[in-house]
Amino acid sequence: MNNPPRLRIGSGKVLLTGEWTLAALLPELPQLQAQMAAGGLGDLSWDLSGVERLDSAAAVLLWRTWNGRWPADLIVADTHRRTVERVSAAPVAAGSGEAAVAGPVERVGDLVLGSFDNAVGLVTLFGQMLLDLGYLARHPSAMPWKELAANIYKAGALALPVTGLVGFLIGVTLSYLSALQLRSVGADLYIVNILGISIIRELGPVLVAVLVAGRSGSAMTAQIGVMRVTEEIDALTAMGISRSIRVILPKLLALTAVMPLLVLWASAIALIGGMLSAMLQLDVSPAYFIGNLQRAVPVANLVIGLTKGVVFGFIIAWVACHFGLRVKPNTESLSANTTTSVVTAITLVILADAVFAINTRNLGIPQL
Amino acid sequence: MSGAAQPAVVEMCGLSTRIGDRLVHRDLDLRVERGQVVGLVGGSGSGKTTLLRQILGLIRPAAGSVRLFGEDLGAVGAVVQSALLRRLGMLFQAGALFSALPAFDNIAFPLRELRRLDEDWIRRLVNLKLAMVELEMEHGRLMPAELSGGMVKRVALARALALEPELLLLDEPTAGLDPDRSRSFVKLLGQLQGELGLTVIMVTHDPETLAGLATHIAVLADRHIVQFGTVAEVMAADHPFLAGFRDGDKSGLL
Repeated sequence: MNNPPRLRIGSGKVLLTGEWTLAALLPELPQLQAQMAAGGLGDLSWDLSGVERLDSAAAVLLWRTWNGRWPADLIVADTHRRTVERVSAAPVAAGSGEAAVAGPVERVGDLVLGSFDNAVGLVTLFGQMLLDLGYLARHPSAMPWKELAANIYKAGALALPVTGLVGFLIGVTLSYLSALQLRSVGADLYIVNILGISIIRELGPVLVAVLVAGRSGSAMTAQIGVMRVTEEIDALTAMGISRSIRVILPKLLALTAVMPLLVLWASAIALIGGMLSAMLQLDVSPAYFIGNLQRAVPVANLVIGLTKGVVFGFIIAWVACHFGLRVKPNTESLSANTTTSVVTAITLVILADAVFAINTRNLGIPQL
Repeated sequence: MSGAAQPAVVEMCGLSTRIGDRLVHRDLDLRVERGQVVGLVGGSGSGKTTLLRQILGLIRPAAGSVRLFGEDLGAVGAVVQSALLRRLGMLFQAGALFSALPAFDNIAFPLRELRRLDEDWIRRLVNLKLAMVELEMEHGRLMPAELSGGMVKRVALARALALEPELLLLDEPTAGLDPDRSRSFVKLLGQLQGELGLTVIMVTHDPETLAGLATHIAVLADRHIVQFGTVAEVMAADHPFLAGFRDGDKSGLL
């Protein structure tokens, strides 16, 4: 880039010199464009013999200055003429064709149709799972044990530290805040009832569900999504291996099996946290705490908590697999579906939790 | 760099590349001058693509240096670095198109990144590049996932050419193209090369592409360049890899 592009206009003649390439043009662009903005340049005689190199970006600039016509009087080297000829032959119109912005009615319609579409997809997935289970009952040798074990390890064993830590912290916090309130009304000993019922029945399952949806649900969606993008799912089918049995079913079964165990683990740790906090704040001894826990929290609460774990686990894996299968082969769709998967899973979990709360309102609350 | 002579477009001196604990290149030397079309050949896994990634600065050398247009990519600041990289175009083996953008926007992307060109200018240039690689304007609206393998390649080439690069790096440019397209691709590159004085470094297994385009051949084997010279020189040389390559060249193009 020794010779910058130069344009000289004088006595009915336009003289171009230097390197007319995109890289060389960029620094000179404002000045050149100002010169070229002068009207009627296309009617002058153009001398391009001093041009060392001319690329198509520069040719476009010239062709636009000439208003899409060849100047009557033009001196140009043959190779450069060919470059301009190619530019002149290229179509001008059309771009990427940006999608029209949807109106409010259209958006509501899209939303409704979209949810309907998702509902159909979820039901189909559920039906496919039942069919697969039926098939496996008749052909037990086709059971994907290895995948199942791998998923249990990934979604279960590897989730133990984080669920334990969060459970412990929540237990400590809850116990600390409750203790402040209870002490003011002299109801210190009810700390056991409050922590026991709230953690075992409600907080444990929901907390673990939110963590697992963010941790394992997103991973499942992303994994299935990438397998679709890279056609690995199709490769499985091409080998005569059912993708639903090998990829989807292990995830559904593993998370459904592992979630109640995680709930049990996280609830236990949360109670230990609460117990420690109660000991330090209210002088409630661990022995009293544990002894009273059995009286204050009927076993029905544990059953409800673990049942929630099963249902939540299934919901998370179900939603994750559904959105994973909807990923289109581009990165944007992958990220959008992963986000939707986690958000939908958490929303459905909370909904299911409300249904649980209503249907079990007469169970497991101790009569005082 | 003596007198008025321009520095070599790409110059590698004593280059060693280490990936993990595997030594891919050892003491590799290669000097590509302006206007040369270098065919880089070598067996599978001999590190040809890795060498292209070295030129792009995607991998740092374990030893030795890579100079691009006379500058060491690792030693210059970010501004100079991106200015240097804008002077080259890379065609990745699998296209590496941005999957979230339609073909048109993929080609327009580097042009828009300059932030100097208006939309009309960009549109004309993109349409021109599409025409150059023998695609229709309608194909510009398709998403990469909707394109066939050969079309992906051609869109990727159009994108590599978008900034009118002085140096073009091609990784298996004609693999996956039908013979007709492959021939017109070779013709197109030859034409561009003649008009713009392009320098090209291409990894290829296709004797026809080599015969039609390359002025020079570099043979990568045993972790370094064992042969570099004009096509005639290299083909006359005696290296086990070349013997295999000659046998594969059934139509006697080289």
